[in-house]
Amino acid sequence: MDLKLNTSIATDEERRAVDNILGSDTQSSRGDERTAENLRTARAGESFRQMRHLLLPVLHTVNDQVGWISRGAINHIAKRLDIAPAEIYGVASFYALFSMTERPRRQIHVCIDLVCRAAGGYKERDLPRGTLASPCLGACERAPATLVIEAGDSPRHELLAPSFPADIDALVAGGWPGAESNVASSVPQLGRQDDSLVLLRRIGTDASSDITAYQSRGGFETLKSAFAMGATRVIAEVTTAGLVGRGGAAFPTGRKWGAVAEQSAQPHYVVCNADESEPGTFKDRVLLEGDPFAVIESMTIAGFATGGNKGWIYLRGEYPRAWRALQHALETARQNGFLGENILGSGFSFDIEIMRGAGAYICGEETAIFNSIEGFRGEPRNKPPFPVEVGLFGKPTLVNNVETLVNVLPILQHGGAAYAGLGTDGSNGLKLFCVSGAVAEPGVYEVEFGVTLGELIELAGGMRKGSTLRTILLGGAAGGFVGPDDLDLPLTLEATRLLSTTLGSGVVLVLDTSVDMIDQLQRIAAFFRDESCGQCVPCRVGTVRQQEVISRLSHGVGNDDLDLLRELGQVMRDASICGLGQTANSAIASAIRNLGVFAS
Amino acid sequence: MVGLATVFGAGGGTSSYKEIEDTDVILMWGSNAREAHPIFFHHVLQGVRNGAKLYVVDPRRTASAEWADLWLGIDVGTDIALSNTIAREIIHAGLANNDYISRATTDFEEYAASVEEWTLARGSAVTGIPAEAIAEIAHAYAYAAKAQICWTLGITEHHNGVDNVLALINLALLCGHVGRWGSGLNPLRGQNNVQGGGDMGALPNKLPGFQDVEDDVARGKFEAIWECEIPAKNGWNLSEMFEAMERRDMRALYVIGENPAQSEADGHHAVKILKSLDHLVVQDIFLTKTAELADVVFPGSASWCESEGTVTNSERRVQMVHKALTPPGNAHDDIQILTDLARVMGHDWNYRSNEDVWNELRSLSPMHAGMTYSRLHELGGIQWPCFSEDTLEPSFLHGRLWSEELVDRGRLAPFSVVIDDPPVESTSVEFPLRLTTGRRLDSYNTGVQSGGFRSPLRFGETIDISPEDANDLGVEDDELVRITSPRGSLQAPVRIDESLRPGLVFMTMHFPDEVDTNVLTIDATDPKSGTAEFKAAAVRVDKLSARVPAAGQ
Repeated sequence: MDLKLNTSIATDEERRAVDNILGSDTQSSRGDERTAENLRTARAGESFRQMRHLLLPVLHTVNDQVGWISRGAINHIAKRLDIAPAEIYGVASFYALFSMTERPRRQIHVCIDLVCRAAGGYKERDLPRGTLASPCLGACERAPATLVIEAGDSPRHELLAPSFPADIDALVAGGWPGAESNVASSVPQLGRQDDSLVLLRRIGTDASSDITAYQSRGGFETLKSAFAMGATRVIAEVTTAGLVGRGGAAFPTGRKWGAVAEQSAQPHYVVCNADESEPGTFKDRVLLEGDPFAVIESMTIAGFATGGNKGWIYLRGEYPRAWRALQHALETARQNGFLGENILGSGFSFDIEIMRGAGAYICGEETAIFNSIEGFRGEPRNKPPFPVEVGLFGKPTLVNNVETLVNVLPILQHGGAAYAGLGTDGSNGLKLFCVSGAVAEPGVYEVEFGVTLGELIELAGGMRKGSTLRTILLGGAAGGFVGPDDLDLPLTLEATRLLSTTLGSGVVLVLDTSVDMIDQLQRIAAFFRDESCGQCVPCRVGTVRQQEVISRLSHGVGNDDLDLLRELGQVMRDASICGLGQTANSAIASAIRNLGVFAS
Repeated sequence: MVGLATVFGAGGGTSSYKEIEDTDVILMWGSNAREAHPIFFHHVLQGVRNGAKLYVVDPRRTASAEWADLWLGIDVGTDIALSNTIAREIIHAGLANNDYISRATTDFEEYAASVEEWTLARGSAVTGIPAEAIAEIAHAYAYAAKAQICWTLGITEHHNGVDNVLALINLALLCGHVGRWGSGLNPLRGQNNVQGGGDMGALPNKLPGFQDVEDDVARGKFEAIWECEIPAKNGWNLSEMFEAMERRDMRALYVIGENPAQSEADGHHAVKILKSLDHLVVQDIFLTKTAELADVVFPGSASWCESEGTVTNSERRVQMVHKALTPPGNAHDDIQILTDLARVMGHDWNYRSNEDVWNELRSLSPMHAGMTYSRLHELGGIQWPCFSEDTLEPSFLHGRLWSEELVDRGRLAPFSVVIDDPPVESTSVEFPLRLTTGRRLDSYNTGVQSGGFRSPLRFGETIDISPEDANDLGVEDDELVRITSPRGSLQAPVRIDESLRPGLVFMTMHFPDEVDTNVLTIDATDPKSGTAEFKAAAVRVDKLSARVPAAGQ
């Protein structure tokens, strides 16, 4: 490409960071030292641009090692990948974890989202100097949470939760968080009813890091039986089980698998959506940290069933422990022949790569993931075509959420029919709920579909001592609020639908009467404004207008503004191209409808 | 044109634009299409996006080269050496398409023997390109299922330009990369209608439809319709005309839409010759430098908006142009001017419309026979050949060479033995730098058509020079320097350009009024095509004693 570069030059440190990912710069590139060779030949072109999927890893590496991404670094990346610098700037500036301006090597991301602010954490206006406001960090069971990133040759990422103002002051002063508590503490059920847990039974054991321990707890047995069953029967069992997607959209998993499997275009890809970013959601993090081999095993089965040989885990950038656990698990699985060529002599080959997100809620949208992996701005694509036909790199792609995938293991172990027997007629199987807020024991809870909201709260130890229930947010910022009268609501897809709400990703955020509901709604409005990718007008403009209306309403209610808010919600629902815009008004509308917020 | 016509019998690019988008290897040789043919280059980019590998052979690392998978920085005028080396490598690697060679070509043995001396080592030494890069391009071109070679003036503007073209055609014959969908040979045209000019017989040896002047049958057909006698001998090409004018064998000249006072190599000489004519007539839409020398000027019409007719683009597509405006003042439709002139000279051609002219052509040129105005309109243009009003031919030429039956293959395509012949003017101690010329995106030829419009990209004429040479000369950007060739001398500001290697300098001919580059170029001419060696002169660059500010500063 005839790149138009400005005069900024990458530093040696930035060059090293880029070359770490792209390999050393043996090819001649323009603007570099002129040698006898590169005065006579030069390479660029499509072979460079075909490495574009390395753009996000390259940006991560520069950001991790240098702390920010300079114009010089962008120029160097532009030359190495033969992409216009403006386009790289567009990608880099899309993600919240990257900075285009120089900043200290240490960045302290303080969660100011719904759960943390209700739990006594900072609000954006109170943040101390040297810290950055962060959307939900997915550690809600230990709220409030803070993520510390320190750039350098050996970059460090660590989560501190809980982290009250005094702890954050210590971080600003140069302190470093200790190791996180065992992930088992995020699953209160483990200490109580060990035997009955299915999806969570290995959490907290050495099966998270020791592949032998994983195997002794039944690990990779399901993969072997899947090979024995054959792809068709695997899909049949998943279909019979009635499993539906656990990321929020509840699409029948078996149908998706079958649709990918029958595509004639090759190759097929498997993408595990681990970009868990819905405020109040942390179940996938617990699975990834506590049972990473199970994710690998179920992805491999998915690849086997759908005819894919390459899998990607799109992991949230703010999940350092999950990243480490997955890296270790992938390496160990490869070493032990559970990934790679001809797995267990089956003739089936499969491998998995981790792609780290970089702070963008929208990248949890299934087609935004594709753009993000391919090195473009993580903007959702129009559907159709659906991912099963035209997905990652334009090929048929299976996208499943982490929790969805690990459900495949019990389904194949016990049979689809047995799994379908769990739960209710309309909602089969097991569900993980992320219970947070004003309950005695916040954490991830595994239950059959159909337990009531009240029962789930009881399971979480009931209300925290001294707290009175005000409302429960189901499904996160994209979900809806229900009131104390709804405790009998069975937690099923069909029952929540009747109530015009959603289970979404399994968020059950319990708020007590001490919480300022207007503050919560302001945060929800700010969240969607921040996270709208800006691609389509209804969402880009609608989320801004919505925040403005909420701000006005907070200072005094006017019926015109309530009407405007309803209309904005309708337009965003009708006309946005993805779920973000379509649900950006849901929780706010439900609070007005069900809780009487802003009632004059 | 001459090269393609020699081998295949028809002087046109063999592929259509769509095929550039659906090919596996694109070899751009002596063409900076990114700047000089930007519309065509969009088709190249579409091909690249669809997965084609792009290779660019050019002395400069041009904007086109920067899109390439691999750029080969060839020494000016060593194209035949490179082609022959590639050919030998293909033959020795066993990658020649022997089936095609035996079926569709002649003279292979002689050709193979002639390239045998061109080892990678020798080719590398002569062209300056690393041997591995030559091998890579050879293998890529030969392995490709579909491959295109595209070239322009970097190939043709040499004293042996036709041989250069033949050298490229040889490669296509060697690999069977011609006459099939996606594979072909494509000279890119600088004007919307250069192809059409040749098609209509504006060549010294051709009647419309590439019918030979010296073929009595063909000539007789035209004489019958035109009711006059046509000279039975080939005419002169442009360079021969200038020589004839110099000898005073030719004393009057009628120039239509050309600006030879500024576009000819060795410009001083050309102006002198034009001034010596008894009578000069110029027909143009601008008062060009040539028109200023003329005895009579006919103001013509802008063909794209002020006249009705057809143009033919590089992919041989004849397209309709409709009149949207009436030419201003005394300007007239060009056909009107010609017919009026004929009437004054005693011939009433009796055309009622421009369509009449077209229909006469269709009756005389078989390859245009099926192109009625209504059909051209309906189909958005038609590629030649189009023999009848109810059929269309394939979008590529010479598919006949792939026919099963010998009788269907027609005249087989001959390989041509081409001998490496360096530029007429070598660099020397006195003139140590190689000057090559070309175009920039913002300007067009001598600037007659583009100079009237402002462009943010335009920085005027410069002498582009490598950072190393600039350093040696002690000159900086924008510094005015003197450039001298054995023929002339002029001043131009320096522009330091990293796309040049030491020893190579570059200029355009876009601003002849400020910097008349063709004062420097050599008029050594290819006898077969009449094209001058604009691409290779030897020059010296001198720092002016005192720093003089560049024009406009």
